[in-house]
Amino acid sequence: MALQSIWFFLWGLLWALYFMTDGFDLGIGALYPILGKTDQDKNTMINAMGPLWDGNEVWLLTAGGVTFAAFPLVYAVMFSSLYTALMLILFALIIRGVSFEFRNKVNHPVWVKVWDTCIFIGSIAPAILFGVAFANIFKGIPIDDQGLYQGNLFTLLNPYGLLGGVLFLLLFVQHGANWIIIRSEGDLHDRALNMAKNIWPVLTVAAVVFLVASWFVTPLYQNYLTRPILFVVILVTVAALMSVRLFLHQENGFKAWFASALTIIGATFFGVIGLYPNLFPSSIDPSYSLSAHNASSSPLTLKIMLVVVILFVPLVLAYQIWTYHLFKDKVQQEDFMY
Amino acid sequence: MDLVTLSRMQFAATTMFHFLFVPLTLGLTIIIAYMETRYVKTGDETYLEMTKFWAKLFLINFAVGVVTGITLEFQFGTNWSRYSAYVGDVFGSLLAIEATATFFLESTFIGVWIFGWKKLSKKAHAGVMWLVAIGSNLSAVWILIANAWMQSPVGFTIRNGRAEMVDFGAVISQPFAIYKILHTLSSALVLSSFFIMGISAYHLLKNRHTEFFTKSFRTGLGFGLIFSLVVFILGDMNGVLVAEKQPTKLAAMESLWETTDMAPSYLFTWPDPENERNAIEIGKIPGLLSFLVKHDFNAVVQGLKDFPKDERPPVLITSYAFRGMVGLGVIFILLTVFGWFKRKDLLENTLYLKIMLFAIPLPYLAIQCGWIVTEIGRQPWIVYGVLKTADSASPVAVSQVAVSLVAFILVYSVLGAAGFYLMFQKAKKGPDLVSE
Ligand code: HDD
Ligand code: HEM
Ligand code: HEM
Repeated sequence: MALQSIWFFLWGLLWALYFMTDGFDLGIGALYPILGKTDQDKNTMINAMGPLWDGNEVWLLTAGGVTFAAFPLVYAVMFSSLYTALMLILFALIIRGVSFEFRNKVNHPVWVKVWDTCIFIGSIAPAILFGVAFANIFKGIPIDDQGLYQGNLFTLLNPYGLLGGVLFLLLFVQHGANWIIIRSEGDLHDRALNMAKNIWPVLTVAAVVFLVASWFVTPLYQNYLTRPILFVVILVTVAALMSVRLFLHQENGFKAWFASALTIIGATFFGVIGLYPNLFPSSIDPSYSLSAHNASSSPLTLKIMLVVVILFVPLVLAYQIWTYHLFKDKVQQEDFMY
Repeated sequence: MDLVTLSRMQFAATTMFHFLFVPLTLGLTIIIAYMETRYVKTGDETYLEMTKFWAKLFLINFAVGVVTGITLEFQFGTNWSRYSAYVGDVFGSLLAIEATATFFLESTFIGVWIFGWKKLSKKAHAGVMWLVAIGSNLSAVWILIANAWMQSPVGFTIRNGRAEMVDFGAVISQPFAIYKILHTLSSALVLSSFFIMGISAYHLLKNRHTEFFTKSFRTGLGFGLIFSLVVFILGDMNGVLVAEKQPTKLAAMESLWETTDMAPSYLFTWPDPENERNAIEIGKIPGLLSFLVKHDFNAVVQGLKDFPKDERPPVLITSYAFRGMVGLGVIFILLTVFGWFKRKDLLENTLYLKIMLFAIPLPYLAIQCGWIVTEIGRQPWIVYGVLKTADSASPVAVSQVAVSLVAFILVYSVLGAAGFYLMFQKAKKGPDLVSE
């Protein structure tokens, strides 16, 4: 049914938007101890994402909520199967979210150190875990005919899953470094630029390895082989990744950031297209897989939600673009609000 | 302990913790937006200073509210997967609408508000606070519609082995949802105004920044008086609906065992579920309950004995939580009415100010009591009359839930302690006034 297919791609789009937006602030958090040499640097970094991170995180809630509304069975099976991994992500996001607000409220080195650590762990852990989770979904999850998960946290930590974790982390770190280039000046700016240039080759290698490994480990390429036109998506993504390097060479932070944003969207859609129509494939038997066809809501609910999404997602995008535009200039010390 | 019990404990712990912070967000965003608007309209710098001071406290609270909410969004999937699969067609859409239509508003514009002092005109900046207030309160509306549906499920049919939506309009417009929304949002304003009055009283008692805190106190008092009355009236209307839709909950709230006309209310009871009666009953007022819930002294009210034992909620906790809430509600009205008559000479009434300082926790208590009535009174159903809590939990390993429960308790204790400590410090320190 067409409605279910539309929803499948909207589902993919919302996850892609989440990775694109929250991706750069998680990346900044992961770079925090490395780029943040002085207290001034650290404050610049958290204030550079300060006005934006909370709004970015809501894409996660929307992606989760839409999974619940459009594919309730997927929401139920996915989040209970990935129980421990998801709990780790939640705890990470919890400690991270309060750190920005708490860090500068008490002037004591131990206090500051605690919340600095929370920012770092709270950013790097979700970046890796989302990658691990999605790589495993690409590969297939051991769920039986009852939707019961036959594994544990360590089942997810297979080589391909870990590769996915590394890839996501690198994507986000690249994206985050690009944002710091935009919003900082002086020494921090230069170090961020260097960092971005150094990450790029590593990211490119990881991306190539991932693309090749996907050929051997996952059924993702089947859809591409039946409709070769779809390879365009992979080509665009690769081109976006290449242009990141070009724009870094030109020292144009904005363009580099847009290119890394497009890379993240492309990388997510590489997987989503390959998955279609499965949302949560079973590695035990393909017939146990949860797909857009056997796990969706009723047509009425899908229609109601379609109206909601068509009304609100463009509106949200419009005002979020406005806020990005409002907070794109260099962060000055007198603008520190945290 | 078994899976369902652990899952219930985790859900109760995480939502109740979330709801320690939510009401202050709901109420303070409105009051702060009001203060900032007054500043824009009158140019009175005190209102600007009030805006900044109360916002400082609010932002600490907001941070904890946001991060604890994230857990809840996913917990239906992690811990209540059978429930999610069964009712997701109806319930999931309400949660998704909440995220898409309202969380974005509050979370995006709070960032603009914090960082936008210099980038926006005064008017626009105050407008942004209104967007935050509207976003927060609308998000409450959607989650409360979702909760109201669990209390009084409408607009659905059982098809394909699950509950499917047939009438979205009925789901979002049922009176149960509307009264619940109004009662909860007003209770949040009560809490926020007591918060403002209490902290203002502290400084007034020390004779510090008297103009600033007199003005703050009076602003809080205005909201507090109005909404204490509104909460009371809506609470009564809520009770009428509960009697109609959830007779077992009503009977538990009043610890009423026998179905009878002229149903009484008691000042004090001690229920004895073993023997299906009250061990102690003091202060019987015949017919009062019939009157309150049916507006007719002679109306028949169903008692618990009318229902099978396995469909009755825990009586003791439900009835005590209910009495606690109502009792506190009466106290709030008395305190705000008294304050209203003394509003011109607050500084002279030190005893009243002391009482208001120590009254800060009371609305918190009343609100938690309210949720306990609502949620525990709904047991053993998760969706009243449709699905039992016992059939709803995820089939995950007991150890997983045990570990996450312990982790939540540890992490939340630290967060709560840090959050309240910071608010306490900032509240005690008072505003940095340029004008003095
Ligand atoms: C009556 C109001 C109310 C109730 C019953 C709940 N919440 Fe809540 N929630 C809010 C009112 C609210 C709020 C006032 O809108 C918060 C508090 C602080 C904030 O930022 O927004 C919030 C934050 C908040 C967030 C973070 C949003 C963000 O990043 O901006 C999430 C994901 C949830 N909540 C989800 C839930 C779920 C799944 C609940 C049900 C179990 C729940 N809340 C109960
Ligand atoms: C924020 C205020 C809320 C508080 C303080 C609260 C409190 C509680 C408590 C104490 C329980 C445990 C009851 C028991 O196990 O005996 C519970 C259970 C539950 N509540 Fe709420 N609740 C709140 C809001 C909500 C909302 C808005 C929803 C749904 C939209 C909801 C859905 C549930 C579910 C699914 C359970 C688990 C099943 C159960 O034990 O009944 N709650 N809640
Ligand atoms: C003074 C008289 C009051 C009455 C008669 C009253 C009545 C009620 C009733 C019947 C419910 C249960 C609704 C349900 O099960 O769905 C309820 C819930 C609740 N009450 Fe009250 N209440 C009163 C005062 C207060 C006060 C003073 C507060 C807090 C400041 C408060 C906060 C709540 C909350 C947060 C809930 C849970 C949300 C809801 O179900 O609406 N109430 N109240």
